[in-house]
Amino acid sequence: MIIVGAGLAGLGAAYTLAGSGLEVLVLERGDYPGAKNVSGGRIYLNPIRDLYPSLFDVAPLERFITHEGISLMAKERSVYFEYSGNELRNEPHQSYSILRSKFDRWLAERVEEKGIMLLTKTRVDEVIRNNGQIAGVVAGGDELGADVVIACDGVVSLLSEKAGLRSRGLAHDFALGIKEVIALDPGLINDRFSLDGNEGSARLFVGEVTHGKFGGGFLYTNRDSISLGIVVGIEDAMGNNPPIDVPDLLEKFKSRPEIAPLIRGGGTTEYSAHIIPEGGFKALGSLYGNGILVAGDAAGLALNIGFTVRGMEYALASGYFAAQAVLKAKESGNFSAGTLGVYKELLEESFVLCDVRNFQETPAVIANPRFFSHYPELIGNLMKDIYTVPAGLKEKIYPTIRKHVTLGELWAMLKDMRGVMKI
Amino acid sequence: MSGQVDLKAKLGLDVFKPVGDPHIKIRPGMEKDPRLKPAVRLCPAGLYSENEKGEIVLTIDGCLECGTCRLACGTEVLDWNYPIGGTGVQFRFG
Repeated sequence: MIIVGAGLAGLGAAYTLAGSGLEVLVLERGDYPGAKNVSGGRIYLNPIRDLYPSLFDVAPLERFITHEGISLMAKERSVYFEYSGNELRNEPHQSYSILRSKFDRWLAERVEEKGIMLLTKTRVDEVIRNNGQIAGVVAGGDELGADVVIACDGVVSLLSEKAGLRSRGLAHDFALGIKEVIALDPGLINDRFSLDGNEGSARLFVGEVTHGKFGGGFLYTNRDSISLGIVVGIEDAMGNNPPIDVPDLLEKFKSRPEIAPLIRGGGTTEYSAHIIPEGGFKALGSLYGNGILVAGDAAGLALNIGFTVRGMEYALASGYFAAQAVLKAKESGNFSAGTLGVYKELLEESFVLCDVRNFQETPAVIANPRFFSHYPELIGNLMKDIYTVPAGLKEKIYPTIRKHVTLGELWAMLKDMRGVMKI
Repeated sequence: MSGQVDLKAKLGLDVFKPVGDPHIKIRPGMEKDPRLKPAVRLCPAGLYSENEKGEIVLTIDGCLECGTCRLACGTEVLDWNYPIGGTGVQFRFG
């Protein structure tokens, strides 16, 4: 069997299949696994610990996240909330910052140790069809036959398009993330973010950072660097009103007074970009067909619910369940869609499709443009007036609040709240 | 674009292996198609620009292989593929 793509879904499937007696070949177009992979990024481990026992104890993860920050960024001011607690400091730690080129390379080594063959620098160009069944792939001009193919070729999954399992996708259902990795001394990181030892900080920024368009900024502390970036909805970014220059958004973000001191003295070591599935349940393609399964970003498995933005654990879990489906199909010697359909059942019984289905209204609700400009400005202005001490008399607090939160505003908030109640 | 110089410098930090024949091409005759225009502002590597004739021009060096242009412009105007194996951007951090 063939796995296309040595990212988290592909490597997860390969890791799970190791020792099963199946002949597994992983194909990766990069120089090494992780060479083409980018995340924000942070991985949540709780949902996948049981699927990969003890794997993460020794994994090259960056910092465990103990500080969760969210900043409402208005044009000229910002309001910042931070949550921390012993539950985040105590083991097992629920989430870690991660650098994918390091992590994926390490995971690939574990997979190879288990006897799985991995071929890098190999782009897959076509699927082979035989009587309506996917019967392998064409890579580098060679036909590679297989009973079953798992497409783990990422968010722009040309393979699942070629297999007829999904269409190109709508700009509406995807966001673009761009990121810099900025090297910084670990001690300096700890001082600037109030961290101890290997504790880490995660911050999200909403508002002016995307000029009011769907998306936001993010900051994750790694061991000796900071991942700083911006995510913006592709359809939103295409529109005018106002027209935005995406690379320039990151430059403006970096120069904000809230950000500049955090990265001062740090040198950028890498600039990267990646697309993120944002459409949720309603934008999922077919997850399987005759002789083929689709996992990870390729299947559109990601979930942004505003406060938590997740994808990597869905990739690792869907890779695991794709492997289980292949093992079941092997028992019966039948790799048709009828047999491989157990993959979807496994996903439906697990957190993967339960989460994505439970939060299916989220993409529409959080795309509310008021969240990206109106509320950051409103709350910023309110704070400004509450904290202002003028030369003359200070206005009473309640009238100050009512000046911003008018009856019309309350009515609009109620309407927004009705959306939020769906999630 | 205000940050062209910064962007070139930033891309200079990344490891690229030459792709040879461009893996993304504007389809012949489509250079003035309005569907290409969003790529000028969206491409994270700033690889699309508009010349004085009103044509969109694509320079492939520095492509981060994100796929934004494929989604924003579409495959009717772009012949889009990944670079052949072992070429293109090689992220060291990711």
